[in-house]
Amino acid sequence: MKRLMIGNEAIARGAYEAGATVATAYPGTPSTEIVSSFAKFDDVYAEWSPNEKVALEVGIGASIGGARTLVAMKHVGVNVAADPLYTFAYTGVNGGLVLVSADDPGMHSSQNEQDNRGYGKFAKIPVLEPSDSQEALEFCKKGFELSEEFDTPVMMRITTRLAHSQTMVETGEKQEYEIKGYKKNAPKYVMLPANARARHVEVEKRILKLKEYAESSELNRIEWGDTSIGVITSGVPYQYVKEALPEVSILKLGMVNPLPENMIKEFSHKVERLIVIEELEPVIEEQIKSWGVKVEGKELFSLLGEYSPELIEEVLKGISNEDRYGLVKEIPGRPPLLCPGCPHRGVFYTLRKMRLMVAGDIGCYTLGALSPLDGMDTTICMGASIGTAMGMEKARGEEFAEKMVAVIGDSTFVHSGITPLIDIVYNQGTSTVLILDNDTTAMTGHQEHPATGKTITSQPTRKLDLVELVKSIGIENVQVVDPLKLDELQNALKEELGKREPSVIIAKRPCALIASKPSGVRYYVDPELCTGCKLCIRIGCTGINFLDEEKIAVMNDNNCVGCGLCPQICKFDAIKVLEV
Amino acid sequence: MSKQVTDILIVGVGGQGTLLTSRILADVAVQMGYDVKVSEVHGMAQRGGSVVTQVRYGKKVYSPIIKKGDADILLAFEKLEAARWLDYLKPDGMVIINDERVDPLPVMSGKVKYPEDIVDKIQKLIPNTRLINATEIAGQCGNTRAANVVLVGVLAAVAGLPVKEMENAIRSLVPEKAIDINLKAFEEGMKIIAN
Repeated sequence: MKRLMIGNEAIARGAYEAGATVATAYPGTPSTEIVSSFAKFDDVYAEWSPNEKVALEVGIGASIGGARTLVAMKHVGVNVAADPLYTFAYTGVNGGLVLVSADDPGMHSSQNEQDNRGYGKFAKIPVLEPSDSQEALEFCKKGFELSEEFDTPVMMRITTRLAHSQTMVETGEKQEYEIKGYKKNAPKYVMLPANARARHVEVEKRILKLKEYAESSELNRIEWGDTSIGVITSGVPYQYVKEALPEVSILKLGMVNPLPENMIKEFSHKVERLIVIEELEPVIEEQIKSWGVKVEGKELFSLLGEYSPELIEEVLKGISNEDRYGLVKEIPGRPPLLCPGCPHRGVFYTLRKMRLMVAGDIGCYTLGALSPLDGMDTTICMGASIGTAMGMEKARGEEFAEKMVAVIGDSTFVHSGITPLIDIVYNQGTSTVLILDNDTTAMTGHQEHPATGKTITSQPTRKLDLVELVKSIGIENVQVVDPLKLDELQNALKEELGKREPSVIIAKRPCALIASKPSGVRYYVDPELCTGCKLCIRIGCTGINFLDEEKIAVMNDNNCVGCGLCPQICKFDAIKVLEV
Repeated sequence: MSKQVTDILIVGVGGQGTLLTSRILADVAVQMGYDVKVSEVHGMAQRGGSVVTQVRYGKKVYSPIIKKGDADILLAFEKLEAARWLDYLKPDGMVIINDERVDPLPVMSGKVKYPEDIVDKIQKLIPNTRLINATEIAGQCGNTRAANVVLVGVLAAVAGLPVKEMENAIRSLVPEKAIDINLKAFEEGMKIIAN
């Protein structure tokens, strides 16, 4: 039966049909729905791992243990998992393993737009790139076969546009897959130098075999058309090319590493003009150039962002797609913002009020960096806030540390905040670390993590106790506060910042979107008392608006959830409880 | 060359239900036997930001995203968002706008004013503009949150989408207890065009 599926769901279905029984991931847009979809199948094991390195390591164990295994992460997650990945490329697999890297050209929800096809090239593993959900399903199945046939992990590289586009999928039957036997094989799996030297030889042999395979694989195909232009492309850009240039000849690559050199050379001989259309880095183009083949690519198309059909039309057909009406230029922008009732809002309001330097991290709370909260000095990657704070202190001294905090979410802290906190204790830093514990992985759509006490399938499990954890590391100053009680929060900050010792403050309150019940309290602004000072507007909440004509604030009852933050901020007690 | 694919751009503010709307339309297009592609928005932009969902259906659809200047219908859940995405509409395309104002941050904080005349401006540029008080109509049906389905009713009438298939899609995609309200909202939306 044919039905619509987003790319991520199709990948999960492909893994299921291939007989995969283990899947691991740390949630990250645009990859999250891959393993959350897989977890819904019967008779499989799926987990949210604490981070991507652990996810891949568990995946490696499952593969060596003989199971077909799916591991999924966003592009920057592969950086975290890169250490096991490069060596797993040496050992190879037992049960097949497909690693999905979900890249984010255009940075819809990411801190960079690195091109992870580069990982495939450096690790010398095959990289498959589907261009719609049907291919996502089929390539995933093919990936398991190739993984076992060539004894290698296989990377499937997708982008946001594939991950989150629904296209028609014809599903197939689940294949019966018998878990492979396990036999100790130290020369293959124990990467001591002597063994690794021998395995490196195998890696080089393998990539040559894969090159040969690429030449004849059905994953790569030519669609002949007008030969005045020959386009080499892969992934979703293939669809853009079909849309914008239906007449040209296309070499569509389903496997982007290693490349089919002879196939590409032959294609180049038959077309007058050879052009590579690939988003982000010139990964394909540079290899073709290295063979001495004349090809155009990045001199025509940008290294930045996502492509589109109109971009291709513009560059190759000279069709101008300039804004016809241009109203967009005269209207205010609409940046994303923290939800009404979000427990993070009061934290950033307080940090700014106290004029603190804030080393920030990755999550919903990164939105606290935007105006009007303007509450962050740095954001680099998952877990970086704590190490960054430590470095600032060591560069500028303990006095500076008294005016500085690291801010990190609960899920991010478990992901990669624990080791830098150990560093602060070990190397005698004095930083104050604020853990924003909203009891979920919010930004990616509310996934469980070790400190929520529930598994990926919402089963109860041993709950990681953050207070006991940080105490056991050696943090002696630990406070738990309610971030909606601003006095409590500010007093804790003052107290801990004043100590020349490391401290952790846990601001604990569930995400407003999962909170079990709304407060039920309604507020109104007393127009007699409101002076129009706009202090309440500076918390950036859609629950309270400012009337320009009347020069007063007014509650927006459609949005306000009655969290009670703005009444604490108003200096004139103008925001009052509405008695009903 | 006549267009082979119908392109519908659904825009709004994160949390307004663009995703459900696109899924209803896509479901109907599948029932009608078309090839369908839908491009969704997940992640950071969903938190109160400007969001766009794209539905394309026809005999064969390649790109999941609509080419600028190609959309047949622009369905806007909020007035400002209609203006933001207007350049994606084809010259003789149609705009359906919910008469709803959601202030973005720069307006809320008083930095800039909400352009009150934005619908007039759109109407001057696009003669085929329909302003619908969907939120109010949805309220009369039992829940203002069904405003998106009122607009779906308007769109179905305009695009000539089959009623039975539309109702099937609504039944299968909205939560059980909200089915009746949403079917009513759909019917009221259809009526606006019929009248």
